[in-house]
Amino acid sequence: MKILVCISHVPDTTSKINFTEGDTKFDTNGVQFVINPNDEFGLTRAMWFKEKQGASIDVVNVGGPETEPTLRKALAIGADSAIRVNTAATDGFAVAKQLAKVVQDGGYDLVIAGRESIDYNGGMVPGMLAALTDANFVNNCIGLEVDGSNATATREIDGGKETVSTSLPLIIGGQKGLVEESDLRIPNMRGIMMARKKPLNVLDPVDTSTETSAVKFEKPAPKGAVKLVSPDNIDELVSLLHNEAKVI
Amino acid sequence: MSVLVYTESEEGKFKKVALEVASYAKAVASQMGTTVTAVTFNVSDASELGNYGVDKVLNIANTSEFNAKIYADALKQAAEKEDAKVVIVSSSADSKYLAPLLAVGLNAGYASNVIEAPVSTSSFTVKRTAFTNKAFNYTEINTDVKVVGVSSNSFGLVENSGSASVEDFVPSLIVSDTKVQSVDKASDKVSIADADIVVSGGRGLKGPENWGMIEELAEVLGAATACSKPVSDLGWRPHSEHVGQTGKPVASNLYIAIGISGAIQHLAGVNASKVKVVINTDPEAPFFKAADYGVVGDAFEVVPQLIEKLKEFKAQNA
Repeated sequence: MKILVCISHVPDTTSKINFTEGDTKFDTNGVQFVINPNDEFGLTRAMWFKEKQGASIDVVNVGGPETEPTLRKALAIGADSAIRVNTAATDGFAVAKQLAKVVQDGGYDLVIAGRESIDYNGGMVPGMLAALTDANFVNNCIGLEVDGSNATATREIDGGKETVSTSLPLIIGGQKGLVEESDLRIPNMRGIMMARKKPLNVLDPVDTSTETSAVKFEKPAPKGAVKLVSPDNIDELVSLLHNEAKVI
Repeated sequence: MSVLVYTESEEGKFKKVALEVASYAKAVASQMGTTVTAVTFNVSDASELGNYGVDKVLNIANTSEFNAKIYADALKQAAEKEDAKVVIVSSSADSKYLAPLLAVGLNAGYASNVIEAPVSTSSFTVKRTAFTNKAFNYTEINTDVKVVGVSSNSFGLVENSGSASVEDFVPSLIVSDTKVQSVDKASDKVSIADADIVVSGGRGLKGPENWGMIEELAEVLGAATACSKPVSDLGWRPHSEHVGQTGKPVASNLYIAIGISGAIQHLAGVNASKVKVVINTDPEAPFFKAADYGVVGDAFEVVPQLIEKLKEFKAQNA
């Protein structure tokens, strides 16, 4: 089984978010970038398929040279080779078109992407990729088994979960649950050394149009001070929630 | 060239998000000087949509249970029939599943997590959340046809004294290899996505055996229960309850955080909630900076009192 794991290069979850150039660009100053958490769950599940079912794993990112350390980390975790499509990832639709080319050329059986990146939260790349390559698609995936060309996947639905049967080629919008948090792997020294020698191929992008463009960013207005209620006066809290906040 | 909206239903009844996206579609249609057409699946009486500004309903009868590929293709056919330039969907798990497929089918740009009516419909620009609620982002959709995903509980319901005509629509249904085997859904519990109120517990509760009072508080309020990331990582509560940046987003009217310190990732995930209450022993807990109301106190003393007071309140206001 040939697996492709899509890796988004995103600010660490603890990052303070700021913007520059008249609030039109994300300020990367002082920000540490990581593998998108939803993608990391997918990569770890892919490692399980590699170790138990002899699958091969390529990882791919659409982005500039600054994303390569993130791809090297994915190689250090255990992916076999990496691909970088050399263009800025601005619009989800355009990213999906770049990835579709990689998927079609590479003949992958299974593509695992995160259900969304934690920066733009578009939540569109895996589904668009499935539509563009005419593959089956399961979103919000929290469980995945593959047997030959058949797959069983569990997806989170509002208020529960649903298990589906489907077949390869398959695209997954993955999240926590594909593996447990405790299954995530921290690259060891041997993995990091090996990752330096693994191939990282840089591909030229295909031509795409820009379907959507982020024109401006804005930070939420600062919050007013908290209103403290004494633990001996819970009546007041109930009254505030009813009369002032009007939420009960 | 009406505005098309996908109004989701469950067992023939509209979900709350369906009425919210219908309200949103009406606002867009008013801006563009056009009408609203809703698409429903397997709904016998869709007249309720008229109260939220829908002019016409296309009901697709006798379809299978939800399948993203089949439903997206049927919606595409409806959009083409109506010559719709804007298609509105919700942020439910099902809508987020099918929206990217629909966008590719219509060759449309798609903006998700949109929280307000379009800033402009000439250069079509919408305000959406990004960086998991740590920021907002104005996105311009440049394509002829646009797909807009509306954030739950952001636009709200807007009643409209209109009436909707209903007609049957028979698209040519495609086939899908993906088939539902089983569904595991707690029918007696409010889901986090649908909940007006969410009661959430953190590590401050010391162990899974102490969740009884969280559940009781949720029951009194008709709320959904949730938890912080460490609690789900420790296995005290299921992953499906984990809210925050890598868990589920929450956009409820009221969010009550009990024994949760308020790590930046947690706050990002729950920030879209309108009113936040924090109960924590540590006055320095970062959550107090993000909350509207706070109680510095021991959850094991405060929560039982709160349950009692709310029961009294409910009895008086019943």
